Amino acid sequence: MPIYDIDFETMPREGLEAIQLRRLQTTIERIYATVPFYKETYKKAGINPADIKSLDDLRRLPFTTKQDLRDNYPYDMFAVPMEQVVRIHASSGTTGKPTVVGYTKRDISTWADLMARSMSAAGATNGDIIHNAWGYGLFTGGLGAHYGAERLGASVIPVSGGNTKRQITIMQDFKPTILCGTPSYILHLAEVADEMGVDFRDLHFKSGIFGAEPWTEEMRQELEEKLNLKAIDIYGLSEVIGPGVSVECYEEQAGLHVFEDHFIVEVVDPDTLEPVPHGESGELVFTSLTKEAFPVIRYRTKDITSLNPVPCTCGRTHIRMNKPTGRTDDMLIIRGVNVFPSQIESVLMETRQITPHYQLEVDRVDNLDTLTVKVEIDDTMFSDDIKGLQAMETKISHDIKEHLGVSAKVALVEPKTIARSQGKAVRVVDNRKL
Amino acid sequence: MMAEQISIFIENKEGRLAEVTAILRDAQVNIRALSLADTTDFGVLRLIVNDNDKATAALKNQGFTVGKTQVLAVEVSDEPGGLNRVLDPLSEQNVNVEYMYAFANPQCKNAIMIFRFDDLEKAKEILAENSIKVIDGQEICNL
Repeated sequence: MPIYDIDFETMPREGLEAIQLRRLQTTIERIYATVPFYKETYKKAGINPADIKSLDDLRRLPFTTKQDLRDNYPYDMFAVPMEQVVRIHASSGTTGKPTVVGYTKRDISTWADLMARSMSAAGATNGDIIHNAWGYGLFTGGLGAHYGAERLGASVIPVSGGNTKRQITIMQDFKPTILCGTPSYILHLAEVADEMGVDFRDLHFKSGIFGAEPWTEEMRQELEEKLNLKAIDIYGLSEVIGPGVSVECYEEQAGLHVFEDHFIVEVVDPDTLEPVPHGESGELVFTSLTKEAFPVIRYRTKDITSLNPVPCTCGRTHIRMNKPTGRTDDMLIIRGVNVFPSQIESVLMETRQITPHYQLEVDRVDNLDTLTVKVEIDDTMFSDDIKGLQAMETKISHDIKEHLGVSAKVALVEPKTIARSQGKAVRVVDNRKL
Repeated sequence: MMAEQISIFIENKEGRLAEVTAILRDAQVNIRALSLADTTDFGVLRLIVNDNDKATAALKNQGFTVGKTQVLAVEVSDEPGGLNRVLDPLSEQNVNVEYMYAFANPQCKNAIMIFRFDDLEKAKEILAENSIKVIDGQEICNL
């Protein structure tokens, strides 16, 4: 398989680290001068940009957290004036405020390169037709993949999410060869295809690039069997750049190659924040080396995984991260959308004017994530009018969709039926077997 | 002239209804009439009992959500067309029945129906105009 950027992707360790250090020093100097948050934090920690003399010095720099980004909402983490920002994306946040990220022209170009690399790693060439079923919008998936496909020179079908039946028809008629999307939606697509009497295995896909939500080896097997393609895992988050931070290769499908010339990856113990040895699980931490508009230094992703430094047979020299296995916080990823219990709580507060006891129950039904919000009924909500109670469920469900962008079934339950441990309610029951 | 109905929120779970009736049994409360309206997830059990306060206290004590609703207990003559004698004048004046259920009446030859109307006051007037007997709450408890 061809490697898109052979010089950088197969660069020997020594050269790679020299580039990393130079880029890190430049980034630190720049953000120290342009982002008050970093200047204050580093001053407080007694660090000067000139103190970063080796890659090991990175460990002296404080971490950046999601809370830091929220505290600087919307634009205070930007390291360039708005005149240089050409694109804004956002991810959802617990307080209802999203995390806002910006891109300069060069950032968009860097990102397109990274996605072109990723698609190439997944087996795509400029002769391929890419069916992009990631959502277009503030979510980075759709546009990220789109620009990457164009950079690669492939033909991209910007189909986005939804309109499932139409997607199947497009797949039959346009004959795309590479499929992009969230794995749960893709499995849903396969089922709808089945109902339509279309056998996915007769379509023309050679590989699928799946990400934006956690998925397992079991799901890979299912995807590969049902769809007759190679299922490739891709990783990324808007805070770091979007999809294309790391990707599996077509040859091995064993760990995701982190594009280390653009990002330094660390895995730390989430409690002590000390680095853990390679192979051991901890929290993923990223430092961006080339981002202009929105650089992040030691950003704690809250994703749990481990690193594998063993060189890959595909020829890429960059370190691999294993498939993320979970989250350090209570964030749920439902059909690719980040959902925090506190967001549901604010919706309930808004619609009911009180804070009822509630619980989020997540299941995977027919390969699609389903969210049920159980709400304990109380005297103020109750009436003997069934229609009224059902209308209340519908209203809450509608408001959740409106605020969070996810469909949730709302079920009223009897008082005191939601388990409370040590006086605190258990907010999340995740029945997905991941 | 109104009767008081208590209503209880019940999740659709096996044995839940039996738990409610057991609580009433243990509190020595007698059920006169009941109806269960349900959706896929939950139901609302509506009850006419001989002692509302005792029933409410016992159920709340066991953690149930209990509400009270004013309903009308209407005597319906036990003959063909008996129910239409009640419903026709109401529908003529656009009073809608929200729900209704039958009453177990050991003493009276006529049937008793419990009605919940969308316009309670208007329903009462119409029933009075048509000399249809409405049984009051106290009388219900004493039956």
